[in-house]
Amino acid sequence: MPDLTSNTGGIVSPNPFWLASAPPANSGEQIQRAFDHGWGGAVWKTLGTPIQNVSSRFGAVNYGGKRAIGFNNIELITDRPLEVNFKEIYETKKKYPKHAIIVSLMVETKEEWKDIIKRSIDAGADGLELNFGCPHGMCERGMGSAVGQEPKVNEEITSWAVEYSTVPVLSKLTPNVGDIVPHGLASQRGGAHGVSLINTIKSIIGVDIDNFVPQPVVGTQSSNGGYCGAAVRPIALHMLAALSRDPGFNIPISGIGGVTNWRDAVEFILLGASSVQVCTEVMLKGYRIVEDMIEGLEDYMRQHNFETLDDFVGKAVPAYSEWGNLDLNFESIAKIDPEACIGCQVCMTACHDGAHQCIHPNDDPAIRVPVIDESECVGCNLCQIVCPVDGCISMVEVDNGYDSATWNEHVNLGAKLRPKKGAH
Amino acid sequence: MLKLPEDRTETHFDDYKKAYTDNQAAVEANRCLYCVDAPCIKACPTSINIPEFIRKIATGNVKGSAKTIFESNILGMSCARVCPVEVLCVGDCVYNEMGVPPIEIGKLQRYSTDTAYEEGWEYFEAGPDTGHSVAVVGGGPAGLAAAHELRRYGHAVTIFEAGDILGGLNTTGVAPYKMKADASVAEVQWILNIGGIDVKTNTTVGKDIGWEELDQKFDAVFVGIGIGPDKTLDTPGEDLDGVIGAVDWIAQMKLGTYDMSGIEHAVVVGGGNTAMDCLRELCGLDVPHVTMVYRGDEDRMSGYDHEWDAAKKLGARPEWLSLPLEYQGSGKVESVRCQRLDSDRKPIAGDEFTLQADLVLLGVGQTKLGEQLEPLGVEVEWGRLLVDHHGGLNRKGWFAGGDASNGAKEVVNAAAEGKLAARSIHNYLSAATTAPGDL
Repeated sequence: MPDLTSNTGGIVSPNPFWLASAPPANSGEQIQRAFDHGWGGAVWKTLGTPIQNVSSRFGAVNYGGKRAIGFNNIELITDRPLEVNFKEIYETKKKYPKHAIIVSLMVETKEEWKDIIKRSIDAGADGLELNFGCPHGMCERGMGSAVGQEPKVNEEITSWAVEYSTVPVLSKLTPNVGDIVPHGLASQRGGAHGVSLINTIKSIIGVDIDNFVPQPVVGTQSSNGGYCGAAVRPIALHMLAALSRDPGFNIPISGIGGVTNWRDAVEFILLGASSVQVCTEVMLKGYRIVEDMIEGLEDYMRQHNFETLDDFVGKAVPAYSEWGNLDLNFESIAKIDPEACIGCQVCMTACHDGAHQCIHPNDDPAIRVPVIDESECVGCNLCQIVCPVDGCISMVEVDNGYDSATWNEHVNLGAKLRPKKGAH
Repeated sequence: MLKLPEDRTETHFDDYKKAYTDNQAAVEANRCLYCVDAPCIKACPTSINIPEFIRKIATGNVKGSAKTIFESNILGMSCARVCPVEVLCVGDCVYNEMGVPPIEIGKLQRYSTDTAYEEGWEYFEAGPDTGHSVAVVGGGPAGLAAAHELRRYGHAVTIFEAGDILGGLNTTGVAPYKMKADASVAEVQWILNIGGIDVKTNTTVGKDIGWEELDQKFDAVFVGIGIGPDKTLDTPGEDLDGVIGAVDWIAQMKLGTYDMSGIEHAVVVGGGNTAMDCLRELCGLDVPHVTMVYRGDEDRMSGYDHEWDAAKKLGARPEWLSLPLEYQGSGKVESVRCQRLDSDRKPIAGDEFTLQADLVLLGVGQTKLGEQLEPLGVEVEWGRLLVDHHGGLNRKGWFAGGDASNGAKEVVNAAAEGKLAARSIHNYLSAATTAPGDL
């Protein structure tokens, strides 16, 4: 039986699945229900001076009949009295001693940080998460991403928190920066025990095209919000990997951003996350999704003979390289399985209009399986991506007789490159 | 035009394929793979760009979606309901190859075209007046499709309709769980809205106006006279009350009322799609015992499998390899004496059986009407008008389409042929204008 125990900078939870600091982690009653469903930890919705929210608050990107593949919000930190939050933290921790409760915090002055950290730890927090990420509302007041975008401020506030805290401190980073690495390093210099990333991405989710107002609509206006949900996962994975592979960065990471299921979680872990945080998918589907996440992760670990998470945290990081180190002589081409092909010919038009014009109709119009001109196929994958039948189009490696040669090797050492395909 | 009574027998039926809600249409539309050179288009006699109209539903461009349909098939609303999509577009959906339920193209087309009707969207206007006039003989689907297309070209059109109502079998013959007469009448009106179509109902060409007269009064003629009344088999007792042609019975039920009270046992003679419709309709009208008597077996029946499956599910029972010998009763039919046939359809001596019957519907085909054009020198084969690939008859300026020339196919075939003939007529008239004497 694989051991799912997760340790993120000293914050230990029975599994790596945490609720992110967000509406699903707004109250003790909710978090206790989430723990009953199997969540291993929860990052309490950010505490600070309680705010007043707007209505409406959320917006979504729908695509191809699928709702909310992307999501955004303009909700702020907790709007509930601090003493109520602390009382519920205390009750929840008492009832669920083995689960991790991390309290997200966002205040302004050093004194405020000192006070709220003490009260959080007194209530029973297993860890703290410093909200340096929120890209809407709070940043206009000098908090959230306004901190996360300034490495010096990030470092300083992190150092305050570490000074006042007796439990591990994670800094939650904003993706609204050109390069995540200096920001992760700033938190590390400040003494953080780990970082959480990514927070939401500054966004306008859509526009009401009949009333000429961006969404979500608040009366007659709107404001930019924080983008999240499945669609942001690639951005999160990149930032996670960028920090993971940086030789100067060596503290644990709690991964966030578009995790919807166990497979997404595995991807985050393989790129260096010690735990993963989920918000949007829970908002859309409920706490119950964690059952499948746990089961899927366990099954994956069994298949790969991983006994603990440490066996594969960061396992895909070494394979994340610079483009200049990719083997230009590696060659693959598309093959269509005529038995599996249903003759929709979507691959053909994708190749013709969007790639390299190497998939053609069969000479016999009665045969709807397209023909690939292998001498022209550049192995771009587009046909495989658009094909509706799993396993119908495969990308097959071709032995072209050339030794491996990267761009860097070609430029620096004169390594020989194979002839280009499809470049006429 | 005739106004339909409210209390028609057909109003007893609900639609067997329910209309989609917006949500249902969106979900189904988004399943479409948007195939290239799509097999569904090729399977459609009117070549509707199906993936395109479905994508437009998916994006919320329903108005454009219906336009895509109507540009190929002006009878898109009725075809959405009456087309045997199982053997046409839906039957060729590539999802069938994948073992995934095919796209419900008919229901999506209905969603799109119904919305267009409900919203009152207009897409077509008559072309600039060409000065040419065309006689369209027959106001059924072929004639309507031809007339509408001719108006788009700007030719003046006169429809001669023998009956008092337009729409042909679309109005009088479609199974009411697919489409009711009032929907067909609404479609006719929608088509006529293009304007400039002079409709002469209760006017039989060949009787009220001579065929040759058309040549004098019009520049071209389209013949879309359909097919005639039900055939009979000259079986003794056919004149008894309660023995009636299937098409005749359906028309009575659709346009008015047919008294079904006291009918406990109904027999349908025939194994084609008209017979299938009758079986389903009789079951739908709660006749407890509905039996099909067919001279062939299940493999040889011309009715569609999906129709027979549906009839069976409703409780219809077959007597394969059987032939009616006599309808029995005094004044009114009471039973049918039948002869059992062997697999070569030869009578098996002494093997007879009798079915109780309060109503017998003869669904053994309809008469062909083409022969009346033979005196004009028009080529006719088995009562069917012979047309070339452009819908042309072998008489200058004369064209044909629909059941009269295809021998009785689907509404969608009539729509395609009417449109094709209109294009040919336009080419003929244009050529006549630009280069007189060339044709």
